[in-house]
Amino acid sequence: MHPIVSALKHHKTTVVLVALEIALTCAIVTNALFLIGDRLATMRMVTGVADNELVWARTSGLDLGQDAAKRDPDSVAAADVAALRGMPGVESVAMANTLPLASNFWSIGVFRRPGDEKSGLDNVVEYLGSPGMLHTLGIKLSAGRDFLPQEYVDYNPFKHQPPPTVAIVTRTLAEQLWPDDSPLGKTFWLDSEGKHAVQVIGVVGHLLNPAINKYQGVGRSLILPVTRVQGGMYVLRVQPDSRGGVKRDLPGVLTRIDPARIVTDDHIYADTISDYYHGDRAMIWLLVVVVTCLLSLTALGVVGLSSFWVQQRTRSIGIRRAIGATRRDILRYFQMENLLIVGAGIVLGSLGAVGLNLWLMKHYELAHMPLTWLGSGALALWLLGQLAVLGPALRAAAVPPVVATRSV
Amino acid sequence: MFGYYVDLALRSLKRNKVLTTLMVLAVALGIGASMTMITVLHVMTADPIPGRSAQLFYPQLDPQGMEGYGKHSEPPDELTWIDAMNLLHARKGVRQAAMSGGQATVVPPQGPTHAFFADARYTTADFFAMFDVPFAAGGGWTASDDDKHARVVVIARDLADKLYGTTQAVGQTLRLGKYDFRVVGVLDHWHPVPHFYDPSQGNYAKPEQLFVPLETAMELKQATRGSMECWGNFPADGELTKADQCGWVQFWVQLDTPVQVAAYRDFLTHYSEQQKTLGRYQRPPDTRLYDVMAWLDHNHVVPGSVQLQTLLALGFLLVCLVNTVALLLVKFLRRGGELSVRRAMGASKRSVFAQLLVEAALVGLAGGAVGLLLAAFGLWIVRQQPVPYAALARLDGTMLGATFALAVCATLLAAVFPAWRACRIVPARLLKTQ
Repeated sequence: MHPIVSALKHHKTTVVLVALEIALTCAIVTNALFLIGDRLATMRMVTGVADNELVWARTSGLDLGQDAAKRDPDSVAAADVAALRGMPGVESVAMANTLPLASNFWSIGVFRRPGDEKSGLDNVVEYLGSPGMLHTLGIKLSAGRDFLPQEYVDYNPFKHQPPPTVAIVTRTLAEQLWPDDSPLGKTFWLDSEGKHAVQVIGVVGHLLNPAINKYQGVGRSLILPVTRVQGGMYVLRVQPDSRGGVKRDLPGVLTRIDPARIVTDDHIYADTISDYYHGDRAMIWLLVVVVTCLLSLTALGVVGLSSFWVQQRTRSIGIRRAIGATRRDILRYFQMENLLIVGAGIVLGSLGAVGLNLWLMKHYELAHMPLTWLGSGALALWLLGQLAVLGPALRAAAVPPVVATRSV
Repeated sequence: MFGYYVDLALRSLKRNKVLTTLMVLAVALGIGASMTMITVLHVMTADPIPGRSAQLFYPQLDPQGMEGYGKHSEPPDELTWIDAMNLLHARKGVRQAAMSGGQATVVPPQGPTHAFFADARYTTADFFAMFDVPFAAGGGWTASDDDKHARVVVIARDLADKLYGTTQAVGQTLRLGKYDFRVVGVLDHWHPVPHFYDPSQGNYAKPEQLFVPLETAMELKQATRGSMECWGNFPADGELTKADQCGWVQFWVQLDTPVQVAAYRDFLTHYSEQQKTLGRYQRPPDTRLYDVMAWLDHNHVVPGSVQLQTLLALGFLLVCLVNTVALLLVKFLRRGGELSVRRAMGASKRSVFAQLLVEAALVGLAGGAVGLLLAAFGLWIVRQQPVPYAALARLDGTMLGATFALAVCATLLAAVFPAWRACRIVPARLLKTQ
């Protein structure tokens, strides 16, 4: 070890430069790999509904003021549902206010005790569903039962109407409301005064939120039974291969029932999910490209410097060979030297990576990087260094002992 | 002398093509990546209304109740209907306009079966003059139209072309939902970026297609669309637009001189005090007055992901530069013999230094040229993304020049240390060993 270190002392500047480059690359690559891992984990989250069997549509009425006898929205909705159910390939239809990852959401506060403002839990996502919603979306209960037909009520959270008296909650919400108890049969309140009591009749093991953010979290939601969702969407459970056809025919079916409206949204649900993650996918690609470029650039830098050193030391390599060093010794020497420099860079870079992560956390609400990620960056750079030095080191090992006797 | 250095540099660069290519590529990658992101950031932080942005101000008032009041409470982003009308009719600014977003059902001449939704802006007369909005035909409406709740509309050129043809639009009757409006003006192309006067419509949203007097729209109960923040016990019957507890109106005022700005600040404070005496306000006066750029900053219009990507690109450029420093060092030190000969024959340290910098500058220029192509490619990729600012990501003349300047400066900076090291060699010692 000692001769390598003392040899490096003759090239302090270059060694420092390479170590610095390795350190910077290490810091950036480690954080980038962590971000990629983090985003991939988000994208792999299960929605809790039948991703590949849903089609949804939203309509908006045109207020043309022509037919004085405007049709009752309840009967239009009923006619819509009936017509949609009659479409070929459609298994069931229900109305909902939103879907997991559909971006739009309503959130409310719920209270554990009546009349106690401090017992509240804010930012709980509210799913509203009309009869058949659980079955249509493919939501699976892990305990309790589905809503009974008489439990669906006329309710719009924006008009001061009394809410339904029963609800289904996600396990995430249940664990936050009653950490040590079974939620079934428990009561919570939708207002701080304790007027609107709601009883839990079922628990959903997993249901993703319409949007994942730091306020509403990932899956803290409840489902309320309503007869019709104002401004809501029609959700159709469809056989996977008839989704395209259903989406195509859907606007026609709806406008035939009530022409004074526009179908503002009609989507295959799998595309909705894909759209939601678009930004994450773009970010992952960008990070992959940057990481690849950084690593290749650093590798090329190492190759360039190692080649230079091998060229510079041809004579001394010849002398070492002449006095008994084997090819393997020379190869080891350069590999060891690289290991030392890269090692120094990695140590510095790991510190930098932690610092960078802390700074990013402070400014961009990124997650805390577990220290195991440092291993991934270190491993990548160590491998890279060894690969990069292999060519020049082999060239060095190939220097014949006779070089020692030649003058340059 | 300069020509001679260029000649020397070209020869030297040609001698080791691999190393030269490597350096050019390193500079190009760094420049390409960082210029792509800097251009995106440049577009997104652009002044939406150059020349006017320092004279346009966005006031905020705090009519909220005492609950939740503390040191860090902020006034709501928007004004209540009553406050907006009071500020508008006080006419304390050079010009002022109240506004909100909305949506209207456009019934084209072909009949109601062809009806469609269009984004609308409900505003008041000064909007057009204050924001310097260009007209292709006709003009805006007057303050007396506002007062009379006149049924007039200004439409965007795209919509006019679609409905009537630009020149014929003025004077036509346009049906919006249940009511008829008279077209008084057609806007020329107008797209301030970001959508500064109402970021709640989307920071990079397109301007609206229809402009209708605010008070007319309220009288006809046209649908508003945009952010609305309510507090306290707001009315349960759903009629929130006129409520004292709901803020939803944006208000802009033009103030040309610092004196006018100071006077307006005083006016806002006095107004708050007066409203408190009247019992409408509970909190002590808490007012804000942002100019355009400060308002955009307050609304964080630039997405965090874009800032993060710019940081990433700059970090990448830094690594590229360190790499270039190392490679240039190798390159210059390798030429110790040649430099020693030049030194021995009388070249001063300074001229050897200059010669090496010229060489580095050539690498920088080449790197800049390739980097420019990479940046153009990068921006093309950005434009393919389904994000609202995609279409804006284009290189302009300034950014073109900036790319080359950045490339050459960065490479020169990277070359200073290696060149200095190379100048320090003692010619005699090197020549002797050879």
